[in-house]
Amino acid sequence: MYQYDLIDKEFLVDRSNEFRGQVARRLAGELTEDQFKPLRLMNGLYLQLHAYMLRIAIPYGSLNPTQVRRLAEIARDYDKGYGHFTTRQNIQFNWIKLKDAPDILDKLAQVDLHAIQTSGNCIRNTTSDPYAGATAEEIDDPRVWSEVIRQWSTLHPEFSFLPRKFKIAITASAKDRTAAKVHDIGLLLRQGRDGAHGFEVIVGGGQGRTPYVGPTIKEFLPTDRLLSYLEAILRVYNRHGRRDNIYKARIKILVAALGAEEFARQVEEEWEKIDAARADLPAAELARIRASFAKTPFETLPARSEAFETAKANDSAFARFVRNNVRAHKQPGYAIVEVSLKAQEQTPGDASADQLEVVADLAERYSFGDVRVTHAQNLVLPHVKLGDLPTVFAALQAAGLATPNIDLISDIIACPGLDYCALANARAIPIAQDIARQFADPDRAEDVGELKIKISGCINACGHHHVAHIGVLGVDKKGEEFYQLSLGGSGAEDASIGKILGPALPADKVATAVDQLVGAYLTVRADGERFLDTYRRVGLEPFKEAVYAQAD
Amino acid sequence: MPKLIELAEHAGGWEARWADDAFVNVTDEDAIPETGDLILSLARFEAEGDALLSSNSRRVGVRIESNEEIEVLAYDLPRIAVVALAFPKYRDGRAYTSARLLRERFHYQGQIRAVGDVLQEQAGFMVRCGFDAFEPADGATPEVWTKAARRYRHVYQRAADDRQVAFEERAR
Repeated sequence: MYQYDLIDKEFLVDRSNEFRGQVARRLAGELTEDQFKPLRLMNGLYLQLHAYMLRIAIPYGSLNPTQVRRLAEIARDYDKGYGHFTTRQNIQFNWIKLKDAPDILDKLAQVDLHAIQTSGNCIRNTTSDPYAGATAEEIDDPRVWSEVIRQWSTLHPEFSFLPRKFKIAITASAKDRTAAKVHDIGLLLRQGRDGAHGFEVIVGGGQGRTPYVGPTIKEFLPTDRLLSYLEAILRVYNRHGRRDNIYKARIKILVAALGAEEFARQVEEEWEKIDAARADLPAAELARIRASFAKTPFETLPARSEAFETAKANDSAFARFVRNNVRAHKQPGYAIVEVSLKAQEQTPGDASADQLEVVADLAERYSFGDVRVTHAQNLVLPHVKLGDLPTVFAALQAAGLATPNIDLISDIIACPGLDYCALANARAIPIAQDIARQFADPDRAEDVGELKIKISGCINACGHHHVAHIGVLGVDKKGEEFYQLSLGGSGAEDASIGKILGPALPADKVATAVDQLVGAYLTVRADGERFLDTYRRVGLEPFKEAVYAQAD
Repeated sequence: MPKLIELAEHAGGWEARWADDAFVNVTDEDAIPETGDLILSLARFEAEGDALLSSNSRRVGVRIESNEEIEVLAYDLPRIAVVALAFPKYRDGRAYTSARLLRERFHYQGQIRAVGDVLQEQAGFMVRCGFDAFEPADGATPEVWTKAARRYRHVYQRAADDRQVAFEERAR
């Protein structure tokens, strides 16, 4: 893992001191809330419905046990004992007092964490594959490039006041676990015919009111030219992105208005004028960053572990966990373990202080001190020995963290919704809980197979409903919460935007409707088809009928 | 005479100081004064700049709004004493790009002045992008400005200033 050096650490101290001064000015009445707002937003501090919310950056979703324990401490000392992991691999605390915020930032800085660029119209935390460095699928470690971008984008003097927020995702695997195609920039690492690596650059994807799967503007960007090319994209956007209407200010609107081809031409034109020797990262620094990710000291193990096989044969709960939450590792004898934050009756993505400490301990003992946060609001222990899996499973199970449902119907992404968020039209969390309850039978959930449900409490789409196999969008109908369903979206490598099923439903009908949709799927699915595949083959009609025919 | 904050050389680096502002902002409706240094809008500069510059008796600056592109000045830059880049709102970040291009692409040597919604929280970004004169809207003093602009002991990316970047510090 990347280790912060003195430079990185001093930077965070300076940041923390700056914010302490700003809060002092606010508390002393020298700044009005209006003047203070942009300053607190630059430090991830939002004013929500009931309290301040502090969003903490987790660069490319990677944490060490010390950091996880510190998050637990903050949850316990300054919040109500839990934190909420987001779809951008960050964590947010929903019950923060303004006077405590500077102390929290100090405590974060002590363990190399911060809230820089977790809000505001700047380049946000760069997200990446939670299986980086562990999956055999990847052609390179995307954390290397994520760290390059983290440094380059941190307090960027030119790009800190963009028309709107700006999100970058990077993956180096064919299977996309980052939703790269619905980001402002998605970088897909590819191998050229000659073996050289380059990025396919996707620009202008997004969700919200106007969802787009982003177009590719460059098929193959040599990796050593990454920073100059990003500079060119950001410069074209900073100059030409709309600033007159907040809803039309994201880069996707600019790309759509110009057309991908013209946008690409403008970027290319700007790129040619940039002095590469100054803008691109020197090879020595890249090598330094790369070296810090290359040191996982794996043991040489047999690919098969008897202890693991025996436990699987004797314990059906463990076997189910392995089927659903354990993934293949590149190193023989190791596995990737998904820690589910989607237990029955839980708020999707929430983890208690106690749970965080369990994860920190397990990571320290069994996963080289490495914890990842996933885009789907779960955690990952990326490097667990097969022989240790039964022990890890037992510990996770005791902490309520072993729900065997990764990518299944109850592994639901949901935004905080009207329970917390000032923007929401409707609650998202209770809907997620209703659906999970409806599919509590794990045999049935496994039979249904991969099915990604995502719930947003408003059109801003923080719950990613547009790219859900079954999307749920909360809408306000004359003061009552209603939910619009959509089908056929995907945020993965086969990205697509879902289609609206029909009229919105009241809250108490959503779980039933999902059940009806699943029923229709099970009736018509062909062998090996996921819900999404079946939908794509048969279209909307059978599903529409399943939900609305009886209603008439 | 009105004052503004300028960066002045100091002990091998710089510090922010009060300076007299000799330039008069001429709006598009004003008549051009007989004498003295002027800052004109881009439209007015394009119409009358040549004549004013060739008289050689006064310095001329241009005010660039955030929706105007500094490339149009490329040819005249050596003769322009001040480019005033406008911040209609602190959130409008286009002038940062303009400043960097002036310094890094066009090697502009004159003054780049931040005008409009100019707040101390922007000081660090502005100095890094090549601004060297400021008309703060929040009453910031040169002391406050210097402190704000120097708050961070390290920076991560190259810009228009000559600060050593993190990777250069590491390579030492």
